[in-house]
Amino acid sequence: MSPVNDREVVLDVRNLQTYFKTDAGIVKAVDGVSFTLHKGQTLGIVGESGSGKSVTNLSIMRLIPSPPGKVVGGEAIFEGTDILALEEKEMRTIRGNKISMIFQDPMTSLNPFLRISTQMIETIRLHTKGISKNEALERSIEMLKLVGIPSAKKRVHAYPHQFSGGMRQRVMIAMALSCNAEILIADEPTTALDVTIQAQILDLIKNLSEKMGTSVILITHDLGVVAGMCDEVCVMYAGRIVEKAETEKLYAFPAHPYTEGLIKSVPRMDTSKKGERLYSIEGQPPNVIDLPPCCPFHPRCPKAMDVCRASYAPITDLGEGHEVACWLYNSEEEKAVALKEAQA
Amino acid sequence: MKQPILQVRDLKQHFPVTSGMILQRQVGSIRAVDGISFDVYEGETLGIVGESGCGKSTAVRSISQLYKPTGGSVIFNGIELTTADPRTMLAARRDIQMIFQDPYASLNPRMTVRSIIAEPLVIYNRRNLLDPPLSKLEIEHRVEELMERVGLSKVFKNRYPHEFSGGQRQRIGIARALALNPKIILADEPVSALDVSIQSQILNLLSDLQKEFNLTYIFIAHDLAVIQHISTRVAVMYLGKIVEISEAVNLYDNPLHPYTTALLSAAPIPDPVVERNRQRIILTGDVPSPDKERFGCYFYDRCPKRMPWCSNHIPPMFKRGKNHEVACWLYDETRDYHDVSMEEAKADAAKASK
Ligand SMILES: Nc1ncnc2c1ncn2[C@@H]1O[C@H](COP(=O)(O)OP(=O)(O)OP(=O)(O)O)[C@@H](O)[C@H]1O
Ligand SMILES: Nc1ncnc2c1ncn2[C@@H]1O[C@H](COP(=O)(O)OP(=O)(O)OP(=O)(O)O)[C@@H](O)[C@H]1O
Ligand SMILES: [Mg+2]
Ligand SMILES: [Mg+2]
Repeated sequence: MSPVNDREVVLDVRNLQTYFKTDAGIVKAVDGVSFTLHKGQTLGIVGESGSGKSVTNLSIMRLIPSPPGKVVGGEAIFEGTDILALEEKEMRTIRGNKISMIFQDPMTSLNPFLRISTQMIETIRLHTKGISKNEALERSIEMLKLVGIPSAKKRVHAYPHQFSGGMRQRVMIAMALSCNAEILIADEPTTALDVTIQAQILDLIKNLSEKMGTSVILITHDLGVVAGMCDEVCVMYAGRIVEKAETEKLYAFPAHPYTEGLIKSVPRMDTSKKGERLYSIEGQPPNVIDLPPCCPFHPRCPKAMDVCRASYAPITDLGEGHEVACWLYNSEEEKAVALKEAQA
Repeated sequence: MKQPILQVRDLKQHFPVTSGMILQRQVGSIRAVDGISFDVYEGETLGIVGESGCGKSTAVRSISQLYKPTGGSVIFNGIELTTADPRTMLAARRDIQMIFQDPYASLNPRMTVRSIIAEPLVIYNRRNLLDPPLSKLEIEHRVEELMERVGLSKVFKNRYPHEFSGGQRQRIGIARALALNPKIILADEPVSALDVSIQSQILNLLSDLQKEFNLTYIFIAHDLAVIQHISTRVAVMYLGKIVEISEAVNLYDNPLHPYTTALLSAAPIPDPVVERNRQRIILTGDVPSPDKERFGCYFYDRCPKRMPWCSNHIPPMFKRGKNHEVACWLYDETRDYHDVSMEEAKADAAKASK
């Protein structure tokens, strides 16, 4: 198979900005995020809580509650059109159909009062023209079998609360996949689940993406999950992508001090020594309200310089798609110019 | 030979399942903890791992007597806690403190950080259980000292929990747990809700405190790498039972129970090169619900190595080497059960139950 990055681009997100108006001030939840998703690729998005992972993807799905939220800038090109500019009516033919999403919390996205069968049939009929109720039911059972729900034929008529958390999450995945989407956005699909169930579900997503050529955006904070699943990774911090690289490159040569710290902070089952002190990034993640226009990581960065406190770092291409937003990779002249501009 | 500080024997915690609107009848019970035994030694960390609902939280809650155990015994420093009178219990509870998973839910939102940390001191002081008794000012100093020790500036004393981040709230919970100079801390998923970059700060803090105060920990987590990092010994739980217990090093190098093996193989490792070449044991099915009595191995339904014998014989703990015990019939050195048919196994079980 050709390297992922040579394949057709299915989604091109450019300079996405999504802000929330709150009593305390403007929350720049996503502030200039750009990435491309290729056919059959699994792209990981990692970052701390509140760094903007969910908002990025909810913006693409056009599901930002407004007010208080608003996509204030950028575009997302899918099949030649900017879906951020579509009318809601047109968006409905894409959402859940060509782009589907598995939400962070499976219970909130299943209706507790409706049988699984009713919900699945409705979803399938909404997205497949001319399909009969019976055909849709057959299709639902097939999908449930595919995601490993035992005695699917009987259990398809159960209510959500009669399923365990892991089973509900699999129902969500079955529903997301039942429409053969081009893009599957999975927001922390396994965070609430046990490792053995997590392994089952990740295995499933991987198989389906390989078999059907689905492109996947996988949001997680688990660096282990990323390592096993993703071709490429975006690391987010305070609403921005601070580093982006092929997975193996990112782990072997992390360029941003935040990425480096993150990778060093996680204990490893295979190599860590008992009693060894863990590396830790000091300080707290920033409050994203009224952030000053400079590197958001500088208060915690062991390598911070004057310019980091004064100005955002531009994105530097380190080659082969490895990009980083950090002043360490800029020349002295560039830093001097930026510093002078900021002071002016 | 070191003396255990805590001895748990055949501890059971069953919750009644009732039905009926007015006359509540007990129709069954949830066997949240179904007979667990282990010792904990001074200064060590016993890690407990296992999947959601296997009884980890319930186990530490019944050890600390937050729940009244259905059966078994808990001996702390020579005192049987399950039958202790209230005053003995209050004195013992001072040495046994808990830290919880959710720093958001476990702190009273209407209390300032100062009152939260001072509360145990105030309570024990009022009942004349502190020797020497503390003055108001001494309590104030103690609160400040604790805050600084866990990495919180004392200028935040008068703030409320919602003004702090998750990691900072966990520090508040730790300061409160330390207030009475406990001997043992039962930590129930203390880092699970935290960001990776904050997790390592808290894990390091807990290790430092352990060395400084010679603390003993029981540490619950579902993250196997975290458990390996922090534990001296590890107990693996499944459906209310301990299936394997061992020195941490042995458990990770040489897991014996098929469930432990599956668990270790399922846990992701943050290294793409390692992940690419890994073989996973993917278990099928979900963890069954703990509401029925079982007569065979509790892992039988999902076990890739099950034998007919296992379906109707509960395995005891088999000793394998020093400090390594496993509850699995594969490790019975006196007999190989592979050739026992289902009929023979059933007949044997029927005979034994008579
Ligand atoms: N409806 C809203 N109103 C105000 N602020 C919001 C709203 N939704 C999100 N935010 C803010 O946007 C920022 C980014 O949130 P987002 O949910 O994208 O984080 P995340 O990276 O997905 O975090 P997590 O790992 O916790 O899921 C946060 O600071 C959050 O508080
Ligand atoms: N107070 C209670 N009443 C009835 N059932 C309970 C109670 N507390 C726990 N249970 C049940 O006991 C079993 C064990 O629960 P417990 O909370 O101890 O599991 P756990 O291992 O801590 O899980 P998790 O990893 O999800 O925290 C579960 O089936 C749970 O539903
Ligand atoms: Mg999120
Ligand atoms: Mg628990």
